[in-house]
Amino acid sequence: MGNYFQPEIETASREKIIEIQNEKIVKQVKHVYENVAYYRNLMDEKGVKPEDIKTIDDIKKLPFLSKADLRDAYPYGLLGTDLKDCVRIQSTSGTTGRRVVAFYTQKDIDLWEECCARAIVAAGGTNEDVCQVCYGYGLFTGGPGLNGGSHKVGCLTLPMSSGNTDRQIQFMMDLGSTIICCTPSYAAFIGESLKEKGYKPSDNKLKAGIFGAEPWTEEMRKQIEESLGIKAYDIYGLTETSGPGVSFECEEQTGMHINEDHFYAEIIDPETGEVLPDGEVGELVFTSLDKEAFPLLRYRTRDLCVLTRKPCSCGRTHVKMSKPKGRSDDMLIIRGVNVFPSQIETVLLNEGYAPNYLIKVGRENNTDTLDVDVELLPEQFSDKVSDIQAKEKALEGAMRTMLGIGPKIHLVPPKSIARSEGKAVRVIDTRKLHD
Amino acid sequence: MAIKQLSVFIENKQGKLSDAVKVISEAGIDMRAMSIADTNDFGILRLIVSDIDKAKTLLSEDTVVNVTDVIAVKMNDKEGALYNILKVLEEANINIEYTYAFTTHEVGAYVVFRVGDVAAAEKALTDKGFELATEKDI
Repeated sequence: MGNYFQPEIETASREKIIEIQNEKIVKQVKHVYENVAYYRNLMDEKGVKPEDIKTIDDIKKLPFLSKADLRDAYPYGLLGTDLKDCVRIQSTSGTTGRRVVAFYTQKDIDLWEECCARAIVAAGGTNEDVCQVCYGYGLFTGGPGLNGGSHKVGCLTLPMSSGNTDRQIQFMMDLGSTIICCTPSYAAFIGESLKEKGYKPSDNKLKAGIFGAEPWTEEMRKQIEESLGIKAYDIYGLTETSGPGVSFECEEQTGMHINEDHFYAEIIDPETGEVLPDGEVGELVFTSLDKEAFPLLRYRTRDLCVLTRKPCSCGRTHVKMSKPKGRSDDMLIIRGVNVFPSQIETVLLNEGYAPNYLIKVGRENNTDTLDVDVELLPEQFSDKVSDIQAKEKALEGAMRTMLGIGPKIHLVPPKSIARSEGKAVRVIDTRKLHD
Repeated sequence: MAIKQLSVFIENKQGKLSDAVKVISEAGIDMRAMSIADTNDFGILRLIVSDIDKAKTLLSEDTVVNVTDVIAVKMNDKEGALYNILKVLEEANINIEYTYAFTTHEVGAYVVFRVGDVAAAEKALTDKGFELATEKDI
């Protein structure tokens, strides 16, 4: 048995959880139907009325929401409250069509931070801990989410944000950080940097790390745990539902407990939309049971995973999800940033290049690498090296603005990127992301 | 008198240079001068050839090429020969983008310049008595 941030709810009986969900879904569907015209129209089209939703099982009757709906409704179309009731936005990177802008009331923020606090306590966190948050701060949910959770637990919070590894290490050593929160690849990178500086894993005071925002393997977990001398915990979330803390690992490290009192999870067949039983691999769908400002119902995450309700040795009763086993769309997660090939294509077209490109994703020294081969058009060619390098730099800048991360651009001769008869191969991802 | 230089975009990968040179060789085109500017990713092969139109057509099938005006200045085999040329260009405020040299059995050594202002460079050099190559010379 472990420690809990909110023991009553985290270890509630199945019956109690279902009771909470039954109560919340009825209220939430009513809230959405009354306040979100976009979803009301979807329900009307399907012939579903709020009165049809009497228990959580009736959720099957509701229409799905997808990223395309978020695009259509951008920016305010899915807002569930007046703007004056909202206190924050968070956002993903990307072009207008791909960018998610999520709104929060103060209550939404509080509940989100509580979810993160549960994750920190599950990793052994107490108010005696020093919690170093090196997820990015700002629009990205990672930093603000764990920062808020750390406050709720009462940890001494180090709001480091990402990058500047020398400074991260200096603070870690000088202030004796005991918990670290960041992407797993950045954790591995910090581990290597510590070693390069001559530190042994026992030289730091870290005991646990909470790592998410990108896929990682058990092999990587082992490597991080050894290099930092910690236990490494996975955390999951997405901006659409709030951010990190939708689910989190306990000491058993065999999947992430979904905070079921706030988020109802379903696994569906991505082709048919049919709900699949526990234990089957399918697309994860989330319903926010009590979010006010951005109350998404049946949102298709595109993450493929498995749910299990087997009792957990940690004492938590909430359903567990596996690490995502892949995506049912073409989204790439690179250094924690969501990237769609179509975004790269949009930038190329905007910048006057042909939409012939090859995205190469790899991992060097535990950091994701992103390279894009782009065909040079005859009229863009110059006999001067500096002209071509300036073109590459300009394109890298435009990509960075759109994607939130900068790829390395390689201009290549026209027609040198293989054309295929059917679906073009646009991405070569050589990382090992899933077990 | 400016001469035409062919610039060829080549990926910095094994075999790419020889692919390009093979095309020229098999077409029986004579390569008079050559230089390469390279980066990690790509190189620009700069050529002065006997049949620029034919070379351009053939190389365009595989990559991008363009034709640039450059000047080729005849150089004496004497100390300070290059410096004397550079001094003239500098005094005339002419910016040099890049340069390379070549020699021929028939007429000796030439230094090739890609400059910002071809006409001004030609004038400055001929005024000082330097001899510029024409297409015919090489």
